[in-house]
Amino acid sequence: MITQFLLRGFDRKIVAVLFVLLAIGVLVPASNLLLSPENPLHVPTYAMSLFGKYLCYALLALALDLVWGYCGILSLGHGAFFALGGYAMGMYLMRQIGSRGVYGDPVLPDFMVFLNWKELPWFWHGFDMFWFAMLMVVVVPGLLAFVFGWFAFRSRVNGVYLSIITQAMTYALLLAFFRNDMGFGGNNGLTDFKDILGFSIQADGTRAALFAATALFLALCLAIASGIVSSKFGKVLVGVRDAESRVRFLGYRVEHIKLFTFVVSAMMAGIAGALFVPQVGIINPGEFGPGNSIEVVIWTAVGGRGTLIGPIIGAVLVNFGKSVFTGAFPEIWLFALGGLFIAVTLFLPRGIVGTIQHRFKARQAMKAARDAESGIDSDTKIQPAE
Amino acid sequence: MTTFRNAAAAFAFLLSLLFSGLAAAQSDPAALFDQLGKANFAETEKIIAELGKTGDVKLVPAFEAFSAGDLYLRKEDGKVFVARGTGATLQLFNPATGEATGEAAKGALTKLKVNNTVRRAINNALGGLTLLSPDKAVRFAAAQAVLKSPSADNLALLEAALEKETDSGVRTIMEEAKAVSLLSSDRPVDQKKLAIETIKKIGGRDAIGILRSAEASVDASLKPDIDKAIAGIEDTLKLWDAAQNVWYGLSLGSVLLLAAIGLAITFGVMGVINMAHGEMVMIGAYSTFIVQEFIRQNAPELFDWSLAIALPVAFVVTGAVGLVLERSVIRFLYGRPLETLLATWGVSLVLQQAVRSLFGPTNREVGNPSWMSGSFQLGGLAITWNRLWIILFSIVVFLALLALLKRSAFGLQMRAVTQNRRMASSMGIKTPWVDAFTFALGSGIAGLAGVALSQIDNVSPNLGQSYIIDSFMVVVFGGVGNLWGTLVGALSLGIVNKFLEPYVGAVLGKILVLVLIILFIQKRPRGLFALKGRAVE
Amino acid sequence: MSLKIKLSGALLAAAMSATALSGAFAAEDTIKIGVLHSLSGTMAISETTLKDAVLMLVEEQNKKGGVLGKKLEAVVVDPASDWPLFAEKARDLIAKDKVAAVFGCWTSSSRKSVLPVFEELNSILFYPVQYEGEESSRNIFYTGAAPNQQAIPAVDYLLEEEGVKRFVLEGTDYVYPRTTNKILEAYLISKGIPKEDILINYTPFGFSDWQTEVAKIKEFGSAGKKAAVVSTVNGDANVPFYKELGNQGIKATDIPVVAFSVGEEELAGLDTKPLVGHLAAWNYFQSVEADANAEFIKTWHAYTKNDKRVTNDPMEATYIGFNAWVKAVEAAGTTDTDKVLDSIIGVAVPNLSGGYSTVMPNHHITKPVLIGEIQEDGQFSIVKETASVVGDEWSDFLPDSKDLISDWRAPMSCGNFNVATGKCGGKGK
Repeated sequence: MITQFLLRGFDRKIVAVLFVLLAIGVLVPASNLLLSPENPLHVPTYAMSLFGKYLCYALLALALDLVWGYCGILSLGHGAFFALGGYAMGMYLMRQIGSRGVYGDPVLPDFMVFLNWKELPWFWHGFDMFWFAMLMVVVVPGLLAFVFGWFAFRSRVNGVYLSIITQAMTYALLLAFFRNDMGFGGNNGLTDFKDILGFSIQADGTRAALFAATALFLALCLAIASGIVSSKFGKVLVGVRDAESRVRFLGYRVEHIKLFTFVVSAMMAGIAGALFVPQVGIINPGEFGPGNSIEVVIWTAVGGRGTLIGPIIGAVLVNFGKSVFTGAFPEIWLFALGGLFIAVTLFLPRGIVGTIQHRFKARQAMKAARDAESGIDSDTKIQPAE
Repeated sequence: MTTFRNAAAAFAFLLSLLFSGLAAAQSDPAALFDQLGKANFAETEKIIAELGKTGDVKLVPAFEAFSAGDLYLRKEDGKVFVARGTGATLQLFNPATGEATGEAAKGALTKLKVNNTVRRAINNALGGLTLLSPDKAVRFAAAQAVLKSPSADNLALLEAALEKETDSGVRTIMEEAKAVSLLSSDRPVDQKKLAIETIKKIGGRDAIGILRSAEASVDASLKPDIDKAIAGIEDTLKLWDAAQNVWYGLSLGSVLLLAAIGLAITFGVMGVINMAHGEMVMIGAYSTFIVQEFIRQNAPELFDWSLAIALPVAFVVTGAVGLVLERSVIRFLYGRPLETLLATWGVSLVLQQAVRSLFGPTNREVGNPSWMSGSFQLGGLAITWNRLWIILFSIVVFLALLALLKRSAFGLQMRAVTQNRRMASSMGIKTPWVDAFTFALGSGIAGLAGVALSQIDNVSPNLGQSYIIDSFMVVVFGGVGNLWGTLVGALSLGIVNKFLEPYVGAVLGKILVLVLIILFIQKRPRGLFALKGRAVE
Repeated sequence: MSLKIKLSGALLAAAMSATALSGAFAAEDTIKIGVLHSLSGTMAISETTLKDAVLMLVEEQNKKGGVLGKKLEAVVVDPASDWPLFAEKARDLIAKDKVAAVFGCWTSSSRKSVLPVFEELNSILFYPVQYEGEESSRNIFYTGAAPNQQAIPAVDYLLEEEGVKRFVLEGTDYVYPRTTNKILEAYLISKGIPKEDILINYTPFGFSDWQTEVAKIKEFGSAGKKAAVVSTVNGDANVPFYKELGNQGIKATDIPVVAFSVGEEELAGLDTKPLVGHLAAWNYFQSVEADANAEFIKTWHAYTKNDKRVTNDPMEATYIGFNAWVKAVEAAGTTDTDKVLDSIIGVAVPNLSGGYSTVMPNHHITKPVLIGEIQEDGQFSIVKETASVVGDEWSDFLPDSKDLISDWRAPMSCGNFNVATGKCGGKGK
């Protein structure tokens, strides 16, 4: 396995999380499929797809952490890569509907039929093939990230300027995808999918498989991300984050390093989007909304930036909270969510995982200090500088 | 629906119209008014024209009442009255003479329905009737009404009125109205030729409209004249179009400037990525709403002053909110700009929901004072008053802020703190308070923007969300930390947007502007007016 | 390390216990219905009112003794104007809360998002907003207007009463205006309006700078023929649109605007004096003179404790849908989805304009079309009322849908039966 190969460089925490993810990926679908609904350990299908959705968000947050936590690029447009991956998957799923659409047109999706489109736009060709669609899931976001990053990093756009133009990018895409003339279904987006690879998308078995795939991909991407950050390249990456000019003066091509990370991260976000779409059953331009991208940043911050594990926990926790609150306190849940963001920034500036790690290390340091009877300034160690 | 009578009745009515011809009963206004009670919209239109032809000035109040929906049918005898008053019983007046004729319970009356067709007919008739009014303003309005709805019927009246008219302003309009009416009459060709020239001089879209509609009916020999006149007008319009686009762009730019200028302080000067900025704008707009509500209930005569009163209120309210926000949240986050993004995003969610809980999720009505309504013509430019005031207001705010920063002690301290906090502190400046008041200032200005935006946009909990992204774009495009950059950035984005819009449409125009910003940042990574020196890093 | 295991374990446990808990709350003697309207985000502005309307109807029904001898219980959730969240919440309501029916959605996107969920889990959605048609699901009842129940009568009015010869079709760029304008364009051409006299224009969501667009309308209207605007501009963008119309001096007597998304609620945020005479087409206005309406308004004012709260068309659609559901459940004697789907077809309930609305086999309803002119007080003066019209889900004016019909009764049971080929399309089999 690839994971086996990558395992060598990892610390124990990552390995533990990898195993947990794989275990979840096996156990939850198994419990859903094999146990009877009466069994207390049975996971109902809706809970499984909900959890699957959280895992997609977790993957997106992980992708963001790679660029933000380790490379210092605060992208406010990662939702765009996520949505593009989702659209690629959605287009595949639309083509799979075939003649089962409401108008029975064998080629054209329904929304094209009733808007009087006569033939399939060129960019829809090929999406009837699964492999091509899956290729596009990583190629399209990757390409956009490459082009965008190529210009931005070469011109040394950074800090808040970079954040704002990533926001402009996702906002422009939002407006573009809203346009019906674009041929992506406009505001309604792509929906009413039937099956994936021949399996009905509504069957419990398919849902279980999708869930397992999500957990697996999350584990895989975590392994890759961890591999990157713990390699020699990763050290340079952190160097770029903390003192870009120095790294440049040392002779590294900072823009290449940034570009590579940005593209990898965008591809991961694309995969997250592709896994998201069949599980929630819709992709529409709303996913490009600047607010969504900001939320991803918040999940990452809540969980702990620059920890890889933190964003996963943050994404799952915040979204779980959102699901519970919107159901339990529909009128006032925004107070709770808004309050949470304020509280986390004020009281847990390192995020959940970051704080725990910090405490742990501080305790170790204290112990070491007591042992060695010399002080260590634990404060400067973990927290990344801006 | 009581007003929709069946077809048979309508037919019978038309027959009666036909047979009665010009009999006395027909031109008897009282009888005509009573017919209104049963007429449908098309018939009503005819009756009104008939009434208008009587030339009886006494009918004017009845027409005005009809237009305002004060004409009623008494159910018991089918007679029509002007009814006025509030409460359960209304005062009745004879529509033909204006005499009071007792009163009736509201339940015993049915309101006569008015629609646009009827309203147009009333305006026409009123125009004809009031052309000879002793009041200059009324004559002016009448001439304009006739100008708007050309009809050969008015020609004789117009000529009579022109003979007596002494005021040159009214005369001009009447001449134009005469030309317009003449075109659709059976007057000789040479008179029409002159009329075309007069209409050409009026200019504008309306003139083209009049000429186009006349084109179908006039003598073929006049066609070339009309075409030439239209072409001439269109040429002038083309020139004005460019100016009009600049105007639209300036006006959009001034809105962007207002929305962004507060952010230029909190974000540009202080480095706080203030996602709650839009909500400050929203609070400013809601302050305006509260002030107006208060005025409506307690001192309606002050309504035209409501915005002037709302300005300081909004400034103080949002400034106070900003101050509290700075003291309770932001001050712990200095030096960590990206974390201010998260916290202020949380704040914006809380503020939105708070406003939603307090004022409800729906739009609130903020009225336009009379001096902000309507428009006027400046050459070929149509300029709306509210846009003009907003442009002026944004410039005033900009200059005031600039003066505050450059000329006041507080501005000096503020600049000192942003440039070198430690040094400023050691010079005895209370940096925490300077921070707090700087943030309050930025928020207060957002509140002022809210007052202005309440005049052109929804006052709803979502108001701020629609401006926050644009505001950031403006500040970044102009160059963080530079007020002039914000000014130039806002105006140029506005103008570019408005020049693109007619060609590519509103949606694509906006996308192109965003792409343009992205490309521009590649070229100048620190915006239009980049700060230089050590403060940059 | 082990912390993560504990955390995720705890999380799963929490998720499951949440399920178990809410299951336990479901007392035996209530029937639950779901309310799926956004209470936050961009759509809260419109949808919150409908949530209140459903809650009021539930309260009223419970005063009458509930349904089938059981009290109704409304389960309110907030899908936060987020379309995937709509699907998630729909799944929650049906699978977890076991609601008998759901009242909800406003935008087409939200309906499209939940449609597969309702079909998969076999539940019922009542959708109360006017929409573009071109859909008929076994599990959805469309109590708002289809294009033929709103757009076409409105254009007829313009053609006949106002004598309009030139049309601007102004819309927000999304599916409802696109489809409606396609239908209207085909309809106008069939009425002999030449193509160059129809201008179609789109603006983005929440558009607020209308100067150029309004100037364009003015220009289009100065071609010597009577012009009118047919507006499918969506919610938020309307206020600045009308403000700009008023300020640029476009009066209803010059260029009337007839809108399909502007009702009493939207006007409540506007100074309507400059707008007098502009039109709207709906199936209900608050100013309708009918006893049922007077009663409804009274109850609404009492329920909201605010006698200024206006009523609007989607509220009437909710009212009709709710009462039809109650009647169908009582006829079926159960809330079982399949039985209710059978019994609801043909059910006629009073609407608020003084007549009856019948649930048709195509899951749309019959209702009259009203044209109203805006008045100074923010209400509408009704200038035309048609007889009851059956909602036409597959428009006759679109080439691909003119052969389709929908009939969900037993033998056919198809949402898109093609009368030309005699076959049921992709669905229903």
